[in-house]
Amino acid sequence: MRAVDALMECLKAEGVDVVFGLPGGANLPTYDAFVDGGIRHILVRHEAGGGHAAEGYAKATGKVGVAFATSGPGATNLMTPITDAMMDSVPVVFITGQVRTELLGTDGFQEADTIGITMPVVKHSFMIQHPQELPRAIHEAFHIARTGRPGPVLVDIPQDLSRAEIDYEPVSDVRLPGYQPRLEGNQKQIRQAAKALAAAQRPVIYAGGGVVNANASEELTEFVRSDRFPVTCTLMGLGAYPAPDQQWLGMLGMHGTRAANYAMDEADLICAVGARFDDRITGKLSEFAPRAKFIHIDVDPAEISKNVPAHIPIVGDAKHVLAKLIVEYRAIGADPARLEAWWSRIDGWRQKYPLAYEDSADAEIKPQYMVQALFEATGGEAIITSDVGQHQMWAAQYYDFPEPRRWVNSGGLGTMGFGLPAAMGAAVGCPDRLVCCIAGDGSVQMNAQELATCAQNNIPIKVFIMNNGYLGMVRQWQELFWDGRYSHVDMGEFPDFVKLAEAYGVTGMRLEDKRTLVDDMKRAIAIDGPVLVDVRVTREENTYPMIPAGQAAREMVG
Amino acid sequence: MGEPGTKEPLSLEELEASSNLRTGRKHVLSILVENKSGVLTRIAGLFARRGFNIDTLTVGPTEDEQISRVTLTVDGALHPIDQVTKQLHKLINVLKIRDLEPADTVARELALFKVAADGVQRGELMQIAEIFRGKVVDVTKRAVIIEVTGTTDKIEAFENMVRPFGLIEMMRTGEIAISRGRSET
Ligand SMILES: Cc1ncc(C[n+]2csc(CCOP(=O)(O)OP(=O)(O)O)c2C)c(N)n1
Ligand SMILES: [Mg+2]
Repeated sequence: MRAVDALMECLKAEGVDVVFGLPGGANLPTYDAFVDGGIRHILVRHEAGGGHAAEGYAKATGKVGVAFATSGPGATNLMTPITDAMMDSVPVVFITGQVRTELLGTDGFQEADTIGITMPVVKHSFMIQHPQELPRAIHEAFHIARTGRPGPVLVDIPQDLSRAEIDYEPVSDVRLPGYQPRLEGNQKQIRQAAKALAAAQRPVIYAGGGVVNANASEELTEFVRSDRFPVTCTLMGLGAYPAPDQQWLGMLGMHGTRAANYAMDEADLICAVGARFDDRITGKLSEFAPRAKFIHIDVDPAEISKNVPAHIPIVGDAKHVLAKLIVEYRAIGADPARLEAWWSRIDGWRQKYPLAYEDSADAEIKPQYMVQALFEATGGEAIITSDVGQHQMWAAQYYDFPEPRRWVNSGGLGTMGFGLPAAMGAAVGCPDRLVCCIAGDGSVQMNAQELATCAQNNIPIKVFIMNNGYLGMVRQWQELFWDGRYSHVDMGEFPDFVKLAEAYGVTGMRLEDKRTLVDDMKRAIAIDGPVLVDVRVTREENTYPMIPAGQAAREMVG
Repeated sequence: MGEPGTKEPLSLEELEASSNLRTGRKHVLSILVENKSGVLTRIAGLFARRGFNIDTLTVGPTEDEQISRVTLTVDGALHPIDQVTKQLHKLINVLKIRDLEPADTVARELALFKVAADGVQRGELMQIAEIFRGKVVDVTKRAVIIEVTGTTDKIEAFENMVRPFGLIEMMRTGEIAISRGRSET
């Protein structure tokens, strides 16, 4: 069979049920194979949309997402999703067409050095040099993408090789001598960690996206509840611990709660699980958690002591390590009463500084209220995706996630335009779930073309645009830190989102009245098929509380 | 939205106050890799991304034809190398890395020197070459080519000695290094 027909067999063997992509000259053979290949392919309108859809699929289902593109511009259009997947450790396999081997390096038509361009932002990549290599490369790509610290893997296939006849034999093993993720965690270190936790007077558990990736939410929850440990999650970790809850402090970091940030600031022991001490968490590094010792559990050894030196480093994945840590910790039989004083301090902050905003007295929709209204309209049951900006932070603050893989957003790269295609991917991956996107009016325009994909395939996402007419987060920074000198942040009343929706064959709605908002949202959700809802909110509202960039947690404002 | 949010210009001192740890010594990294295309670019890219200068780099086959060895030196006084070695470990085609301890390592480099040698100077030059156990590998009327093998220090010392004669050209391979004793590098 042709190499591309073998490719279809490999995808099926990997359990792939859907891929996203857009054809071109260099991957014509692949697209020919799709005709009888038995793989569901969704034609997107821009490769970036396909890439983010594959990410959304992967984040919501925990399976590997797959995106296809042709050579040259098709491949370069994937740059943002690939980088995004790298930053947020999302398992996606990207398969690109390449020019014929005889044209490689000649600036052939639609030639781009895809392997070279993407090298710094992939977990690994394969340039196919012989058609016979293809099946093994595909399986290795999936293996690498999904195991250890997940991430994007790219396979670049020259057009002539993809048409070549090969002897296809199913591949049942992978041979990667240089790749052996350590999952188990060192038992001695784990015992040390248990002891340190039992002795701590002011401990905090700080959990990140690694817990979600390792499917370790149950272990995390059990561990946190094996004592009265306070727990906080990063933006990527939301849902890893069920919110709301007595022991839940809310999100931490730049727009986290005061309780979470102050607890980190005063902690004597911080146990980081699958989190990487990003600058959005630490603020000013030299003043971060000055009294704390650190336990750092991560499957990626390069994360440990990268930003903050760990006193007890544990290399292993959250699921394995937490399971063992629970056993070790229980064996000690620590006295929960020692945490009494710590909790009264934390509860003091919780009471004094709850997440709050000044609501409007009339029809005006405050952006925070919009998120609360959506929570109510969805019964807190939806998968929520978001773009990047103020709306993203309000979504993270005001929508409680009771389980992992409910919250799908672009954290590390902060990619505007992520939300809509990611919702599309999540909805394809989870057809029985309601999927809503909380979009920014700026961000949504960066991948609005995928509305056509949703309409054509009847992918019933509900996109709620938090329309403030601004690149709101930038406006906020200009207001707060640049003396209110607004520079290119006002987008006016453009476009007319209702008309845009209709042009794409999607139901469009405009909501402007707070008093009927919840019911109106319910109506939108009840509509069969994709819906784009333009929600007009207060234009100049700021996202608070906030640790100004480069400052310490104690310096939170708002 | 990542940058400090103020209008104040950033001073050069602030820019230079980097918090990363430097070791203060030269590091010789011996890296075993699968012999696959692109490996070297991946390794070099990790250094380039951090703005690190690789001082020397050699690549060659090993006793196993599927495996190559990369020997790379980098100045730990200028660059914190801990993060970069951890990142190197993450490359799928990298099998093994050793940060060689100078005391437990035999390191050698080969250098070729083309030196101007008009008549009178030639004898003196030959003498110096002999002291350094250099080999004259080519002689023409106006120049000689001398081959020297040794540690980086020795080669630099030789360079200093012949420079006054008129050093026309110098080529160095960069170090290769092997650990002492029975165990593998
Ligand atoms: C692709 C991209 N370009 C620029 C930015 C910088 N940026 C961060 S937030 C933001 C504003 C986003 O505006 P909008 O989507 O309307 O969200 P809002 O903050 O108004 O809720 C911008 C421009 C980015 N994150 N991504
Ligand atoms: Mg906006």
